[in-house]
Amino acid sequence: MASHRILSFAFVLLMGTSALAQGPAYGIGRAPTAEEIKALDISIGPTGEELPPGKGNAKEGAQLYRTKGCAACHGAQAIGGTAPDLKSKDPKNPDLWARGRILPLRAPFATTVWDYINRGMPLNREGTLTPDEVYSLTAYLLFINDVIPEDQALDQQSLPKVKMPIGDNYASLPDWQPRTRRLKGYPY
Amino acid sequence: MGSKRPARREFLKSGAAFAGGLTLGAAAPASAQQAPDSHHAPPSWPMIKGDKDSNMVAYGDRSKYVTSVRIAHPVGGRPSPDQFGLTFHVATPLQDSVGVITPSSLHYVATTRGAFMPDIDPKEHRLMIHGLVDRPLTFTMEDLKRLPSVTRLHFIECAGNRSSRAAKNVQQTHGMVSCAEWTGVFLSTLLKECGVKGSAKWFVAEGAEEVKGASSMPIAKAMDDCIVAYGMNGEPVRPQNGFPLRLMVPGFEGIFHTKWLRRIKIVDQYYVNYNDFGHLDQDAKVAALDYQIGPKSVITFPSGEQRLPGKGFYEISGLAWSGGGAIKLVEVSTDGGKKWNKAEFKGTPQRMAFTRFGYQWNWDGNETEILSRCTDELGQAQPTRTQIAKYWNQPYDQTFRVPGLDNSIQPWRIASDGSVTNGFA
Repeated sequence: MASHRILSFAFVLLMGTSALAQGPAYGIGRAPTAEEIKALDISIGPTGEELPPGKGNAKEGAQLYRTKGCAACHGAQAIGGTAPDLKSKDPKNPDLWARGRILPLRAPFATTVWDYINRGMPLNREGTLTPDEVYSLTAYLLFINDVIPEDQALDQQSLPKVKMPIGDNYASLPDWQPRTRRLKGYPY
Repeated sequence: MGSKRPARREFLKSGAAFAGGLTLGAAAPASAQQAPDSHHAPPSWPMIKGDKDSNMVAYGDRSKYVTSVRIAHPVGGRPSPDQFGLTFHVATPLQDSVGVITPSSLHYVATTRGAFMPDIDPKEHRLMIHGLVDRPLTFTMEDLKRLPSVTRLHFIECAGNRSSRAAKNVQQTHGMVSCAEWTGVFLSTLLKECGVKGSAKWFVAEGAEEVKGASSMPIAKAMDDCIVAYGMNGEPVRPQNGFPLRLMVPGFEGIFHTKWLRRIKIVDQYYVNYNDFGHLDQDAKVAALDYQIGPKSVITFPSGEQRLPGKGFYEISGLAWSGGGAIKLVEVSTDGGKKWNKAEFKGTPQRMAFTRFGYQWNWDGNETEILSRCTDELGQAQPTRTQIAKYWNQPYDQTFRVPGLDNSIQPWRIASDGSVTNGFA
């Protein structure tokens, strides 16, 4: 118990007041340049602050969906392919959660869609799409799920502002702390 | 060495084996029901010759009589490799496991969408830590090995490790969990080198595979016990497990243990990566139960598709683990759950690691059901599916699905002929 308290105390210190005051203990590792960080940092968070310049729309996205090979795995209608469905089989169901685990429909932020197309698609040519192409494909997938109109252009500013149908109707994760039960009040 | 001329060493070995046999025989007289052993004298075995098909020198092979292998998971699901050549889910043969370490060759493998194994040259590999830090830093493998190291036993379990009626053996019911000895540097050591800013709340870990798999995790976990691991079971981490670098997130679901780790970004909010999207749920309770792994145990012997040759003594053996810490108690029932008996630990339970347990049992030859359950250091107890259904106010029937990761008790049915089958079937 005592060691637990000391640990918690050290943790509070580290996370709170002294974090900025700390210097490196070992001096190992090299400082990357700003360019190196920018080249490697492909994480696009919900605010979209890391999005690169560029723009696209659903019409261009529809063409890319065929020419970039998306249709081959995800199906011509974005349903029933060997890869995950990108359109709901039950799009009119009033319960959004019952429409299926469809990325461009259930994702709480359009940035998640942009990020994953950019980092993980298309199969075997991952990371080769230009920012304009990723904006267009994101717009197309949002359009076929009735999230945005066909003529809406997406760019650095507009993409993070897209209102996803799920809104904030999803559960946040517990505030995890060391040595806590996985769910308060759950005996198992 | 000619086969007609038995070597002196072989002769000596045979003699020793013979003497050992005699000792055993004297200590435990054969019961009347056992047939006499057909070997009156120990046979003289052929020699294993080192050639290109059997590696006995440079990197040792196991005996050709040991044939335990991994299988695609789940039963009837997507094969590995699949039609694209991607590895998806392969399960470890727990039914043949002894002790608590899963051999690296048999460690379970799961990838998010299916993945090719990146063939990374460790000399070229880098780990970059950036974001809300005072000093972004890039580490080579050489850098990481200069830093103070940590070696710990940890299990990893896939969220999809769920027993079903269709599963016939423990590899199919529970094979998406493994335990290895991991060596590396505490992530907190690296983060202290970088100086984490006070506004940091989450971190994103990213792999170098083709989809650059990324997950968001709480910064509290990073500072507690995460390990940036380069070693696994005494050698470098295997490619399927993330060579040259894997993030260990002890007790969290498998997907968080980012393989081929190349980048960590410190952020102030949940980043909702594609991998995180898969965890989204309506119900906060279910979301919580899909995060840190609950207390879980399973009997590996006797288990599905095995057969007891007859009544008499058996040591029931199994594994227990929990994302909440060390296992405190394992109990075994040999009468379908009416009476629970304390099992014996084989070694000292470690936090977020397999604990091997045993229970000595004399089977009377009658049909029965055997089960195990465990409790961890936080007092979390492994439930039956009936108990879980009751908690959620749902009827328990064949359609009931355990919300979150399934840590329910696995029943094994033993028929009077000694055959063992899945109690859920």
